[in-house]
This record gives sequence, structure tokens and C-alpha cells, in this order.
Amino acid sequence: MNITITVNGEPMVRSVEPRLSLVDFLRAEGLTGTHAGCEHGVCGACTLQLNGQTVRSCLTFAVQCDGQEVTTIEGANFPDLQEAFIENNALQCGFCTPGMLMTANDLLQENSSPTRDEIREAISSNYCRCTGYQSIVDAVEQVAKQRSEVA
Amino acid sequence: MKPNSFEYVRVDTLNDAIAVLQEHGDDARILAGGQSLIPAMNMRLALPEVLVDVSNIGEMHGITIQDGGLRIGAMSRHAEVMKSSKIAEYAPLITMAMPNIAHGAIRNRGTFGGSLCNADPAAELPACALALGVTFNIQGSDGTRSVAAEDFIDGTYSTCLSDDEILVSVDVPAPEAGAVSFFEELARRKGDYAMAGLAAHGVLKDGQFTDMRLVFFAVDEMAVRASSAEQLICGKPLSEIDIDAVCAALADDITPFEDLTTSSAAKMVMMQVLTRRTLEKFIAEGAVN
Ligand SMILES: Cc1cc2nc3c(=O)[nH]c(=O)nc-3n(C[C@H](O)[C@H](O)[C@H](O)COP(=O)(O)OP(=O)(O)OC[C@H]3O[C@@H](n4cnc5c(N)ncnc54)[C@H](O)[C@@H]3O)c2cc1C
Ligand code: FES
Ligand code: FES
Repeated sequence: MNITITVNGEPMVRSVEPRLSLVDFLRAEGLTGTHAGCEHGVCGACTLQLNGQTVRSCLTFAVQCDGQEVTTIEGANFPDLQEAFIENNALQCGFCTPGMLMTANDLLQENSSPTRDEIREAISSNYCRCTGYQSIVDAVEQVAKQRSEVA
Repeated sequence: MKPNSFEYVRVDTLNDAIAVLQEHGDDARILAGGQSLIPAMNMRLALPEVLVDVSNIGEMHGITIQDGGLRIGAMSRHAEVMKSSKIAEYAPLITMAMPNIAHGAIRNRGTFGGSLCNADPAAELPACALALGVTFNIQGSDGTRSVAAEDFIDGTYSTCLSDDEILVSVDVPAPEAGAVSFFEELARRKGDYAMAGLAAHGVLKDGQFTDMRLVFFAVDEMAVRASSAEQLICGKPLSEIDIDAVCAALADDITPFEDLTTSSAAKMVMMQVLTRRTLEKFIAEGAVN
């Protein structure tokens, strides 16, 4: 099937098999920041933005995204959040990180001053096998504070 | 973890969707949000040959007030339902249930109708549908029909829909004066399917319950009402409701199944805890009003 997907602002016209997931589509294009883990919606590694909303790219076929806009971690614009992850050691192996950042970004857009419990609830959709989550919560909390001081 | 090959058809009208379904019979499946069907396909538990993407069908979208009640289009995404002020006003039970369904990224895709058609025994929305007494609006090659909540789901992952029928929308009756709702579930982690859950909806008139529906889910092959427990709640002053007796009566209504993590006995204790919390809340609210 022929489809046009705008990825990080660039229209891509491609011919794909219907069974190709969005995450596999992107990775085959060299956009390997989006990771495939469980491939059944549970781990969150493949989380990205479709038309500005976070979705699981393992549970979305590329053909369903015809005419739509995708933002991956390569095209994301939240340097302060990424910086805070580095500062707080909120990543070790980094496998979960792109999806975790997408989820954290989504939370901060909906709720500019989340409590630690709210942060935990939001990131409960993403598995991290390395950090123990504490440092991720710290990083998200720090960004919320920084942004409120600037504003 | 890759699905079988299939043909993908995106349609713009119900008639086109029904035509494709008619042509392919049970080789075809409707694709709504894909948040249950695609995992099943990735694990090759589902092997459809044709997927009919119904996300562009206008009649399946929208949350509207009709004849004093609420109509929820089957393609309404969970996230949209969760934020809808109309649903919060007309069916607060559904608003209370929504944050328990999966996680934000899945709620952005998963749909109201898809969840009902999927008929998972641990899903929240079938229990809400039964508690609120909704009507299912269905269209197929033989035309349209409406089905009552108790007749729509007929078993685990099974509904009354035939191969060429589509759930178009769901009607929620306007709330009666004195309507009260409460929703709670016990899950191992926020967003996981429940170990046991309760959707409760009643009507309070002159200091008594005239109607009470206690609908449990994740304990039986589909969401079930606890009828004998309900009877012990209605038609008496709130102060005379014997919560212990109501909890004891649950065993007459339901024998919970055991699942991978939770025994039948543990589920019964959870059902009692949920019942107690719900009734204490209702009685406290009733005493104030
Ligand atoms: C990690 C994870 C956690 C989850 N946790 C929960 C949870 O806690 N509670 C919960 O309830 N759900 C949960 N879900 C499932 C989620 O709510 C799904 O969105 C929902 O069950 C199915 O809706 P869908 O629109 O995605 O349907 P799809 O996956 O597209 O379809 C599901 C089934 O229904 C059929 N169908 C869909 N729409 C129609 C229609 N209009 N007419 C006729 N047939 C139709 C399809 O053919 C298919 O058989 C979870 C999913 C994931 C991946
Ligand atoms: S790979 Fe998509 S959620 Fe795990
Ligand atoms: S940093 Fe390794 S999984 Fe999160």
C-alpha cells in the first residue's frame, strides 16, 4: 500500500505491507531512537507522538498513519527534560529512555506541577529495568520546578 | 512477534464496512483502536485475513445528548471519553472508571466501542454498561437493531454481534433524580487489568435506595450483578442496611474464578472490601443529602 507519513516534519511517501508496525517502519528508515520491546503495548519503549498525542507505535500499523504526523525522539523538542535525565542519572542502558521521555513530556504538558505520585502513575506505563525509577521521578520533578521558575 | 499478512481496507461509511464484512465473513475483523486486536495479532492469537479500519466513519464518532440521554459513538477514544464534560454530567460512573483503563498512550488509541466488543471479563466498561443499563446500537446487512446491556456480551470475549455487524454507538439513559454512582477496582498496578472491580449505580429516594446495581468484573466469565446482595440494600432506611449481611450474600450470587495471580477466595475478600467501601460511601452521602 502507498502511504504518506510526515515524520518529524518531513513527508515520507512509501509503499508498505499492511502488517508493518509504525515502530518497524521508522526503524527501517534509520530512525532507531524508537525502540521495540514487548510489541504488545506493555513496556512503553516504542512510545512516540502521533498527531501530537502519545501512542504505542508497536500497536499502530504504518498504514493507519497515512496522511498523519509522527514525532519521534529524533524530532522531539524538550532539551531541558533530556538534560535533566542526564543530570539525575535517570538512564543507564537507555533502552527505555525515548519512550520514558515521551511519556514524561506528555505528563508535563497536561499537568505542569505534578506530585511525585502523579509522576509515578504516569510513568507506570513504561518499564525501566535499570534505574529503579527514583531518579526518573527526580528528573521529571526537577523539570516541572525549573519550568515554573522560568514562567 | 510479527502479525500474519493481511489485507487492509479503510472505509468511510457503515455500508462500505458492512459490505466488506459480508464478503469475507469471519476472515475479516473490524479494526478500531487496535489496542486489543493488534497485540493479539502480534502474538498470532488472532489471524485475520482482512482488517476493516472503521476510524473514518463519521456516525461512529461523537458524544452527544439525544432525547435527554447520552449517545457515545463507538469510535470515541478512551482519552476523549475520560475528558468529556457531558459524560461527567450524565454518566459519572464512566468518568470514574476511565483512569483505571490502561495508560495514557493506550487510552489515546483505544475506543469505547472496541472495549465493549472485546468483552474481556476484566474490562471496566462492560461492567459500567450493565450498571447504567445502556442500549447498544448495532448495524449490519439486515439493517439496524438495538440490544439491551445484559444481552450484548454473552461470554468471555464473546458478544451477540454476527460477522457482518458493527457496534455504531451506545445510548446511556438520562440519570434519574437521586442517582448515585461509585467505581473502584483493585489492581496490582495502576493501569493493569483488575483482580476484582465493582461498578455500582443506585437511586436514592426519600432516604432509601429504590434501585441498586452492584456489577462485579474480573471475577466471572463476564461482568455480573450480585442480585441477592442488591436486594438487601433496597427499600429500607439507610441506617438499617446491614453491610455485613450484604457482603455475606455475595457468595450466593458469585463464585469468583481464580486467575494467574489471585485465588477465588482472595477475589471474594476483594469483592467484600469493594462492597463495604461503596456502601459506606453511599450511606455517608445519603445521610448528608
Ligand atoms: C497494556 C494494555 C493494558 C490494557 N489495560 C486495559 C484495562 O485495564 N482495562 C480495559 O478495559 N482495557 C485495557 N486494555 C485494552 C484497551 O482498553 C483496548 O483499547 C480495548 O479493549 C479495545 O478497544 P480498541 O478500540 O483498541 O479495539 P480493537 O483492538 O481495535 O478491537 C477489539 C475487538 O473488538 C472488535 N471491534 C472493535 N470495534 C468494534 C465495533 N465498533 N463493532 C464491532 N466490533 C468491534 C474488533 O474486531 C476486535 O475483535 C489494555 C490494552 C493494553 C495494550
Ligand atoms: S514495544 Fe510497544 S509497548 Fe512494548
Ligand atoms: S535505563 Fe535501562 S531500561 Fe531504563
